[in-house]
Amino acid sequence: MKAPARLPRWAEFGLLPLVNLCAALLISGAIIRLIGESPWEAFRLMVTGAFGAQDSIGYTLFYATDFVFTGLAVAVAFHAGLFNIGGEGQAYIGGLGAGLVCLAFGSWSPWIVVPLGIAAGCLFGAAWALVPAWLQARRGSHIVITTIMSNFIASALMTYLLVNVLIKPGQQSPETREFGPGAVMPAVDVVLGKFGITFAPSPFNLASLLALAACLAVWVFIWRTRWGYALRVVGQNPRAAVYAGISPERTIIVAMLISGGLAGCLGVNELMGSQHRILLDFPGGAGFVGIAVALMGRNHPLGILAAALLFGALYQGGSELSFDMPHVNRDMVVLIQGLVILFCGALENVFRAPLASLLGAARKAPLT
Amino acid sequence: MEPESPAPQAPGGGPAPALELRRIDKRFGGVHANRSVSLTVARGSIHGLIGENGAGKSTLMNIVCGFHGADSGEIRVNGRAVEMGRPRDSIEAGIGMVHQHFMLVDRFTVLENVILGAEGGRRLGEGIAAARASLERMGREYGLEVPLDEETGQLPVGMQQRVEILKALHHGAEILILDEPTAVLTPAEADQLFRMLALLRDQGKTVILVTHKLREIMAVTDRVTVMRQGAVVHETATRDTSPRDLAEQMVGRAVLLRVEKRPAQPGRVLLDVKNLEVRDRLGVLRVKGATFALRAGEIVGIAGVSGNGQSELLEAVAGIRARCGGEILVEGRDIAGSDPRGMGVAHVPEDRLRMGVVAPFSAEDNEILGYHTRRPFSRNGFLNRGEVRRDCGRKMADYDIRPPTPWLRITLFSGGNQQKLVMAREIDSKPLVLVVGQPTRGVDIGAIEFIHKRIVELRDSGKAILLVSVELDEIMGLSDRILVMAGGEIVGEVPSAEATEKALGLMMAGVKGERKE
Repeated sequence: MKAPARLPRWAEFGLLPLVNLCAALLISGAIIRLIGESPWEAFRLMVTGAFGAQDSIGYTLFYATDFVFTGLAVAVAFHAGLFNIGGEGQAYIGGLGAGLVCLAFGSWSPWIVVPLGIAAGCLFGAAWALVPAWLQARRGSHIVITTIMSNFIASALMTYLLVNVLIKPGQQSPETREFGPGAVMPAVDVVLGKFGITFAPSPFNLASLLALAACLAVWVFIWRTRWGYALRVVGQNPRAAVYAGISPERTIIVAMLISGGLAGCLGVNELMGSQHRILLDFPGGAGFVGIAVALMGRNHPLGILAAALLFGALYQGGSELSFDMPHVNRDMVVLIQGLVILFCGALENVFRAPLASLLGAARKAPLT
Repeated sequence: MEPESPAPQAPGGGPAPALELRRIDKRFGGVHANRSVSLTVARGSIHGLIGENGAGKSTLMNIVCGFHGADSGEIRVNGRAVEMGRPRDSIEAGIGMVHQHFMLVDRFTVLENVILGAEGGRRLGEGIAAARASLERMGREYGLEVPLDEETGQLPVGMQQRVEILKALHHGAEILILDEPTAVLTPAEADQLFRMLALLRDQGKTVILVTHKLREIMAVTDRVTVMRQGAVVHETATRDTSPRDLAEQMVGRAVLLRVEKRPAQPGRVLLDVKNLEVRDRLGVLRVKGATFALRAGEIVGIAGVSGNGQSELLEAVAGIRARCGGEILVEGRDIAGSDPRGMGVAHVPEDRLRMGVVAPFSAEDNEILGYHTRRPFSRNGFLNRGEVRRDCGRKMADYDIRPPTPWLRITLFSGGNQQKLVMAREIDSKPLVLVVGQPTRGVDIGAIEFIHKRIVELRDSGKAILLVSVELDEIMGLSDRILVMAGGEIVGEVPSAEATEKALGLMMAGVKGERKE
């Protein structure tokens, strides 16, 4: 097996993701051309759909907030050498925790309920991640398998709870009653309005500040604390960890708790920030998109921020596109998103070697 | 063995050399790995290629095997040019390589491994039958007998190496390249290997031995080429040179091959090991009741054929392997259940890359491995980056580590400098007891001298050192007292002044013979 070629930092973090993105867009363009629409027009519609107006920007940032949480969740686990596929389920159960708090204490002051909701979201998400973490640490059950399965269990559990237990009496659709007035993460347009700035309404809410804080916290944790150091040692060389007196078992559990807690924050953004009730399948695949976001962002908070913005724009722009182009339906948009995930995630090394030799040649050229 | 065709003529008349490299040049990014290297290897000879780590030996041989293309230059086999950068072409030209890290499928039988890549036809049956006959013949001819139907992963390392050699020969190799073949072998296995190589040469094969060990060059080669910093600096017939001469050529200055030290002045007991018993992962008892003491100001070496419990003993004393019986006392307190580093036990592990360093980390991040919870590196849980970098820079200056760049990835340093980084980390933690495994494995001569000096300095400052090494020379040169381990037991103890290689070898081997057959 060949080791992946090395690239200078600017190419690794800037050029390579860009090339991957362009490749995905190129193929998407070809497909759009095939079904008889103009790729340029589609591209223009997507960009204006994502950034063209205040409310579309709001939606883009709202989705991006989801992806920051799940992307960070994947990244933290990844630094400990764990591939957490369970972000979706952890987000789902995290949302349950946040939602239960909001249902129970919704009439209290937001200054109490909102922090409580955030804490419950983290706690429930972490608890859901604890089971696969424990199985991996103590029993060697592969975390990929167990987290995938825990997604299904989470989904089944939530369906049961919403259909049979939490459903608002006298209603057909499986969702809870609306949260009380205290359990609302304020929307950005509302907050700006208080300062006299008008911004078109959108679900974009203050959970995005929480996401930014999480980025900073993850960065500090991973690269500036001894626990983050231990986590990276375990991820890169478990035997060296044992040598250094670091317990891989404990580290795996800590990493997964943090990962699950971060994923659980998605519930804060979605439920407390936008839906104001618990409903079926509110994570909507964001847990899986988080994998692509983390991969594309090179597991670094700054990269994840950028990748989350990109995917937020793809989501928002994509749905606008399906409104405006008769031949491009919802599935087509999913296909485009899938291609981006494919090229930026699974195929991220395809262009690495050619780029490396191209750059190598460019660097050598002035010498000869 | 008769060559099938008359030896081709070189342009200047006379038989063409088996292998001729002309002005091979290769860069990796900013590193000039090979600088216009020319090398001629005569047919039917054993040619040594020696140089420090990072001198460009492996790069050169990888070019010969087609793993890398060269930037310029040419390769001729028997006078014919070979296309570079294509392993297939190199194999067809009769070049076979035995890598330091074996390229074998553990779960395959020996026979299946050997025919891998030369299955001969679509149906396995015929190929296997033919291969079996030819392997049995080769086994007899070259003294390379191996059990063909055993699972390869179950065989001892020396045997696996034979499989690699057989594989190369089976693929039609006339030129056999061995890269650091003795790194994994016991002295006895190494001697056996050398006898096989001599036999191969006598049968007309050409052997290139890549190594950094002077003893091997002197023992087995006909000619030797010395490389330094990517270039050939010296070439001579082996009988016209000496280890001292070669060492100077390798390093580029005069070096000390012997360790210089005053007699030890042992003080109070620092480490006391009583009836230590250790099992491996499979539950096999690997250390059977070891009892010994380490005093302040002495170096105690543990000699033994590798796999006789030394590694397990070392790791148990370092506190990273559970014991199933006995006591390990540091200044009278058992290390069980506490952090051995906190009690003054520092540990240089045997396998640097697997355990001693974290490969993707920078040098400075590796310098705090195991000490990352200590002040001043971390305070209230936060790492003090500035202090980590300053400290690493200071160690780099102190231990002459090059390049002195704390933020460089550890794998970009040579083996010798990596080991110096590990030594610096452990010695600077001010331990009472230093447990060292293979301090100079994969380390160049210049660095060996330096590392030995530092270990002796630590001893002279009143610390105790426990040393495990597969290099008997190192054990004898460095230790004040030698314990011999065989079959998991300490079977003898000799003051190193009275130790001879022969006496130690007998102690090491006596029990080994009993265990094997």
